[in-house]
Amino acid sequence: MVLWSKLTGVPHGLPPSVDTVVFNVRGPRIAAAILVGAALAAAGAAYQGLFRNPLVSPDILGVSTGAALGAVGGIYLSLGVVAIQTLAFVAGLGAVAVVYTIASALRRHDPVLVLVLAGIVIGTLLGSCVSLLKYLADPYNQLPAITFWLLGSLASVTLGDVRATVPSVLLGLVPLVLLRWRMNVMTLGDDEARALGVDTHRLRLAVVAAATLMTAAVVSISGVVGWIGLLVPHLARFLVGPDFRRLLPASILLGAGYLLGVDTLARTAARIEIPLGVLTAFIGAPFFIWILAASRRGWS
Amino acid sequence: MSAERLRVERLAFGYPGRVVGRDVSFAMVAGEVLCLLGPNGSGKTTLFRTLLRLLEPHDGAVLVDGASIADWPRRRLARVFGYVPQAQTGTFPFTAREMVLMGRTAHVGLFASPSAGDLRHAEAALDALGIAHLADRPYPEMSGGERQLALVARALAQEPSILVMDEPTASLDFGNQVRVLAHVLALARRGIAVVLSTHDPDQAFLCADRVALLHDGRLAHLGATADVVTPATLRETYGVDVDVVTLTREGRTVRVCVPSLQRRLA
Repeated sequence: MVLWSKLTGVPHGLPPSVDTVVFNVRGPRIAAAILVGAALAAAGAAYQGLFRNPLVSPDILGVSTGAALGAVGGIYLSLGVVAIQTLAFVAGLGAVAVVYTIASALRRHDPVLVLVLAGIVIGTLLGSCVSLLKYLADPYNQLPAITFWLLGSLASVTLGDVRATVPSVLLGLVPLVLLRWRMNVMTLGDDEARALGVDTHRLRLAVVAAATLMTAAVVSISGVVGWIGLLVPHLARFLVGPDFRRLLPASILLGAGYLLGVDTLARTAARIEIPLGVLTAFIGAPFFIWILAASRRGWS
Repeated sequence: MSAERLRVERLAFGYPGRVVGRDVSFAMVAGEVLCLLGPNGSGKTTLFRTLLRLLEPHDGAVLVDGASIADWPRRRLARVFGYVPQAQTGTFPFTAREMVLMGRTAHVGLFASPSAGDLRHAEAALDALGIAHLADRPYPEMSGGERQLALVARALAQEPSILVMDEPTASLDFGNQVRVLAHVLALARRGIAVVLSTHDPDQAFLCADRVALLHDGRLAHLGATADVVTPATLRETYGVDVDVVTLTREGRTVRVCVPSLQRRLA
């Protein structure tokens, strides 16, 4: 009714506070849930193909841990919200850039293995830095904010946050959509993909850059929301098969729908707001096991 | 005789920082089948990967139709070289049709997907290998022999002029070995130069025009199959005693290797 009034210009006769709730509180939160869910699921689908491993999530190269360190550092220094988000975004990109540079320097080994190992090493290191900052943080003012951020939430998302994040997510999605066929070939492994005519080094760089950009952008407004990047591509593959031409759009839609549903639950299920990261895990873990049991064999 | 298609000149191959073999030179014409024999660890797979430029050569050159491939982009390489690797199970359950369709990648634009024409190429390749009825079967659920045939179909859909097959009969049962070798001959009749590696010298007698014998990273022998696969060279290469027996069946002469177990034990 409120939306209809806004679209047509006909007054709805409800109190003006309803307008505020719809457009400044619920609206941005719904938009953010769709955006974050879609981006994490798309990045997860891309990474599972790129690393030929269905257990991979968008965090594998340390983007979430990097963003977490940036945000926690910002909270520790008592910076403003925009500065914290910017710091999270930049640190997320920076972490993956460091990982990629290390992996490229070690050319003698299998490029995929080195990339994953470098991601795990840097991710663990950054995780320790996060722990250190938590230890040093003021337990009454800063620690709750840090913990809340690390568990992920869309409660304080504003329309400005969503507007600032959309370009990065679109910029990350475009290469994935364009390279959808080449992504299928990448799942065969480096040797076979190259023999079939794919420049695997460039393609890998493009996909890592795209997925990192999207993930860093959404994590900087939502905090660390786990499980979506791992779970949703599985569900999508279960429904439409492994062909990236169908898998990518299916992952985007399911990711958006899943997070919107979970966030609504987080908001309404209990008297207090349940952290999003906790809820995605509570729902995700049994769901994941169900998919594994229901799929025929392998990773369908 | 057709024109020379592939020329390998004094190739030194191996991994970064480690040379596995050197001074390998040979040439192939269109429609020829060259069989590469050699013991485990002699460098067959490494040589193949260097031919395909999956590894950069340490020295020497690979020429296609007289031009060096050293600076060719991957797409151009993939339009000339088809590669049949040893079959693996695969991570994701693509169907046989999707798998074969991936052979068209070098013919598809960077940002495009395969067209209806590409799909027809894939279907024709499945048909040529006699596995059209398996088109919708998930690749990981196929048997080893079916997977190998799908990989050959994928290489065929790629429309290469040179086909590199790394032990295409390894881990196949007897019937599937014979089937794959029959397809090797059929591919050569289409004008494709086929180079394949195998552990079974009998297969060289069955399908090869010439044989190259790789030993310790060098081409120990290269020539017509009957000249290269002899008791002397097999003893030298594999360290076992073998008789080469000639059979005549319906006017056709076939050679087979018969290893001697007694002499080995004595």
